[in-house]
Amino acid sequence: MIAKKGDWVQIQKTLLKPEERTAPLPEDTKKVPLQMRVKGFLINETAQIGDEVEIETLIGRRVSGKLVSINPKYDHDFGEPVPELITIGIELRKILEGDSDA
Amino acid sequence: MRDLSYDAVIARKNEIMKRAVGIDYEKYMIGELVFDYEKMMQEVGYSLEKVREIQQETGVGNTTLVELKQINRLIKKIAPKGKGARIFIKDEATNPSGSYKDRRASVSVYHAQKHGYKGVIAATSGNYGAAVASQAAKRGLKCIIAQECYDSRWIGQPEILEKARSCEAYGAEVVQLTVGPELFYYTLVLLEETGFFNASLYTPYAIAGVETLGYEIAIQTKEMTGKYPDAVVITHAGGGILTGTARGLKKAGAVDTQIIGASVNLKGLHMASDNDFNKKYFTTGHTGFGIPFATFPDRSDVPKNAARALRYMDRYLLVSQGEVFYVTEMLAQLEGMQRGPAGNTSLAAAFALALEMDDDKVIVVNETEYTGAGKLPSAQLTFARKMGMEIKRGDPIKEDLPGKRIVIPEHPSQIGYIEFNMEDIRKSYVKEVMKRYKKTKFTKDEVSFMAEDTNTTEDKIKEYIKELGGELIEA
Repeated sequence: MIAKKGDWVQIQKTLLKPEERTAPLPEDTKKVPLQMRVKGFLINETAQIGDEVEIETLIGRRVSGKLVSINPKYDHDFGEPVPELITIGIELRKILEGDSDA
Repeated sequence: MRDLSYDAVIARKNEIMKRAVGIDYEKYMIGELVFDYEKMMQEVGYSLEKVREIQQETGVGNTTLVELKQINRLIKKIAPKGKGARIFIKDEATNPSGSYKDRRASVSVYHAQKHGYKGVIAATSGNYGAAVASQAAKRGLKCIIAQECYDSRWIGQPEILEKARSCEAYGAEVVQLTVGPELFYYTLVLLEETGFFNASLYTPYAIAGVETLGYEIAIQTKEMTGKYPDAVVITHAGGGILTGTARGLKKAGAVDTQIIGASVNLKGLHMASDNDFNKKYFTTGHTGFGIPFATFPDRSDVPKNAARALRYMDRYLLVSQGEVFYVTEMLAQLEGMQRGPAGNTSLAAAFALALEMDDDKVIVVNETEYTGAGKLPSAQLTFARKMGMEIKRGDPIKEDLPGKRIVIPEHPSQIGYIEFNMEDIRKSYVKEVMKRYKKTKFTKDEVSFMAEDTNTTEDKIKEYIKELGGELIEA
């Protein structure tokens, strides 16, 4: 897929490599880089996933980084029905209705 | 070109912050440890009347206090005879961006606008981002929100992803980082680059904004029940909502109300650990923030934190993730209020307290928050299962195991709390002071400040100093 100038995209950038992370950190975090993702409108004429590009963010700031997503979707959701939760309402109503064995 | 290495940016911290918050903290410093808290709050913050005016301009506050009648019936049904306090909840979800954080953002954004800043920046993975973004939109300022959002495999915490969506909906730029305390470092980089105002969670502006919450609770509770609340239960993380609410209650005259902090117990999970990041299903209101910020408030992004929970906290109760999910269901199913998770941490603690308090007592839970995708118990538990957590019905007090097992109560009578000993927290405060300032000898003034800062006696502080191997300078 090719992104065109003005497309809404997401880029990624390494802010600190593992050896540049000099803050006090747990061992597991120390081994990985500090990275950033940010979204904006593509400034380059065209680009493909993985290309180094420049974007303009929602407030007009220019940031460069590696293109990771074109028209990025919000993919968090409401979750699946959780069996441990879905009977709670029925149980509580039973107690209120006087069935104390519920 | 600016040196953007971690050490170089941190070395520029003071000058960046001075320009970005415009507060001369030096004015209030008496020594490296001792400072004049009340003077700082009076001179830097805004008066309660002015804050109410500022909040009215952007439609913040004046939320409804709701009696949880069905839940209160349930409590009376299962409590021992003569017990079963009434619970009321402050429906803060009805603020413009869906949480009390609008109060906390309102004064900072007003202040930034008044002083000609072109934009505001906040480092936050929580509702505060949406609040700053919403207030900035209302006042025509630009906004950048920096979040700690992903682990190193780019697995994002659903609740934080939802906050990002919300911020973007209000026109803010959202900078999403991987795990690490360097969120603060990168916020400094952004402040330096843009010249924007730092809408820190921990300035006197932020806390002054929350005081209206405590004030309204005092007035409304008195109107509805004829008296001030016997206890207000407050979800505790960074200490801001507890400090602001307590100060507001006192300003309204509710000086005898017990201030009870409540956090989700996440003992054993390291907050800066890449591996642990997605093993927790509460992104705030948990012990990972609650304990460090209570025992050393000045770990925040400003030289002196205005949120100082130990000054006001009478008790500190811990609840489990499973209990909070359970009361979140209870609030939706019995009261028709789909809210949370944040305020429901204190609701879980309030429920347990109500079962043991006399039936003429009144407990107020001081917040709700908006919910939805990423934030619902179903979203968090689906995510937890994917991350390999065990989820079961059972006794949460006995079986809860943060990072491994989430236990949903089988019956409301299983909702309980673990009481954190306030003396231990105060002693940890003294220990942190010794560590952070590399101090072993304490003057009379320092002892007196620490007693005030932890709401205890000077004798107690002296005792802790001696127990921890320190000395007193008699002068």
